Amino acid sequence: MQRQVALIKQSLFDQGYLDEQFIELEELQDDANPNFVEEVATLYFKDSARLISNIEQALERGSFDFNRLDNYMHQFKGSSTSIGASKVKTECTMFREYCRVGNVEGCLRTFKQLKKEHATLRKKLEQYFQASK
Amino acid sequence: MAGEVPNLEASKLTALVVDDNFVNQSVHHKLLDRLGIKNDVVSNGQEAVDVHCSGRNYDLILMDMDMPIMNGIQATRRLREMGIESKIAGVTTRAEEEEVKEFMEAGLNDFQEKPLTISKLVSILHNLELYVQT
Repeated sequence: MQRQVALIKQSLFDQGYLDEQFIELEELQDDANPNFVEEVATLYFKDSARLISNIEQALERGSFDFNRLDNYMHQFKGSSTSIGASKVKTECTMFREYCRVGNVEGCLRTFKQLKKEHATLRKKLEQYFQASK
Repeated sequence: MAGEVPNLEASKLTALVVDDNFVNQSVHHKLLDRLGIKNDVVSNGQEAVDVHCSGRNYDLILMDMDMPIMNGIQATRRLREMGIESKIAGVTTRAEEEEVKEFMEAGLNDFQEKPLTISKLVSILHNLELYVQT
């Protein structure tokens, strides 16, 4: 089981889903808070689900308020950075670049990719935490 | 350095985390806990001002820049106008020179780019001469 945990974790890093910030969080776990990383991950996915929903609604309206979209994505990038969600963070950065230049097509394309990376990360982390129990 | 928590004597320091992001609040709170620093958490600059108006005081304030209602720059300025002399460290993902300059000029003592880690927090404490390593 330990080996399975190690393999899942290694694949998350090898495939670029996580970066060293995740290890920093794991180092904060102690006897008082043995599930700290899982708790932070839960917070992250709750918060990011809200942001994805807000962005979807904003995009569906079709009015493309790039300032509002950029604000949402700034928050999303901030959370992703703090948990070490590397691929999601990269997509957030790209989306913000497209907002900056007012590129609707770029925003839509990047957001689609971001949701895909986010969903994959969520699934893999769920497997990791489940295997770690 | 990752994972190496300095061997500190029991800290009597107190800190205030000012950040609107729940993930950051949780991580920064835990980082401070890990170094034995008792800390409170608020969600924006206005709450940071309010908590000081209520009479609380802290050795260190970790101040995010982008927050609703009152951002970090406004809050830092306001706290300094109120005569608050606590050490204030700006912690933000924004690292453009002009933005950092404006934040520092508002009254920061130090600045670190997110994500915050144990080593960055120790660096803040060292820079601000807030503890002595045993």
